[in-house]
Amino acid sequence: AGSGKMAAEARVGQVVLPGDVLLLPARPEHDAEQLPLDSGAAPRGRLLCGPGLRRCAAGLLVTKCGLLRHRLRHRQPGGGGGATAGGAYWVDSQQKRYVPVKGDQVIGIVTARAGDVFRLDVGGSEQASLSYLAFEGATKRNRPNVQVGDLIYGQFLVANKDMEPEMVCIDSSGRASGMGVIGEDGFLFKVSLGLIRKLLAPKCEIIQELSQLYPFELVLGMNGRIWVKAKTVQQTLIIVNILEACEYMTSEQRKQALAKLSGN
Amino acid sequence: MQRGLDSQTKKQLEEEEKKIISEEHWYLDLPDLKEKESFIIEERSFMPCEDLLYGRMSFKGFNPEIEKLMVQMNSKSKKEEIEVDDKMEADVSDEEMARRYETLVGTIGKKFLKKRDQRVLHDEDEDENSNTRPKKAKKMFLKPQD
Repeated sequence: AGSGKMAAEARVGQVVLPGDVLLLPARPEHDAEQLPLDSGAAPRGRLLCGPGLRRCAAGLLVTKCGLLRHRLRHRQPGGGGGATAGGAYWVDSQQKRYVPVKGDQVIGIVTARAGDVFRLDVGGSEQASLSYLAFEGATKRNRPNVQVGDLIYGQFLVANKDMEPEMVCIDSSGRASGMGVIGEDGFLFKVSLGLIRKLLAPKCEIIQELSQLYPFELVLGMNGRIWVKAKTVQQTLIIVNILEACEYMTSEQRKQALAKLSGN
Repeated sequence: MQRGLDSQTKKQLEEEEKKIISEEHWYLDLPDLKEKESFIIEERSFMPCEDLLYGRMSFKGFNPEIEKLMVQMNSKSKKEEIEVDDKMEADVSDEEMARRYETLVGTIGKKFLKKRDQRVLHDEDEDENSNTRPKKAKKMFLKPQD
């Protein structure tokens, strides 16, 4: 029974529902003549309003239900203008359906080849397009070796609700940096988006524990798809089962399961 | 009589025409919203919020290229965008190049010396060991004395 409007800092870590308004501390207006008074509480720099939140007149408006999270971002040394300092607020929500977002790196499946463009299934409402020139070292003569049914790890160049999503397999400097066709063998499966974010967090225990078991390779796409490859089929399937189940296991249960496996 | 219209009357007519045209245009009768410099950036991706790692991973040496990439990408996210210039293995080392350029400048420079200077240079090269020998003075133009 939380009230509609409350201060943002007070609700960090609590459940928020769509329609809640989060008030932000009033910022001193920067006039040209006045020097901005450095009130220690208000963080200088821009505030990042992450997924699940929107800007509104009073502060931030919640659009998804979930837990409110906050993080203080540090100013980069030598960075100009304070554009990246300040805090970040976002809503940690859970869903299985992926919505393409610009900059996200995802695993796509090639479904068709239409002239110079590949059609990829990324799990969204529309299929994404990928031009054959968007690979490292690709020219009109030197075409990439991509067949229907291949797995591609790429990032979104264009992804909004008005246009068809477009993907590329190179970064802004023209290098592949790990993107492109994912090799043969291996196993692709789907999990929820929240688990992917948990696995990609900086110090993820699940990944650390799994890495002690045996050598394997892992590709995590932000669209909920994971590709695993290990030396034998059995090892691959073990890793797949652990990753699928670890969403609902506590850490003790997980450690027990892994201990049983490494014992075998 | 419309024969010779003055420039003034012409201008007046043009202005009236423009007024009629602009009045027929539609416009929104809203008050001007004060555009505040906003401190809030909207972002739909989770990457900048949560500092996620790179998606491709390899463990225990299964894929060495991916392991190198992991180190590179994850350290890039911590120290933001420090370009790591891979030093390419050069066929000729840096020192050799420096030495070669040093002598090269001299050789090409000699080409552009005048004949007299060349002779002096040539004499200098011959007697490198004995520095005591007085250097021949360059012949300069001597003003004739009256």
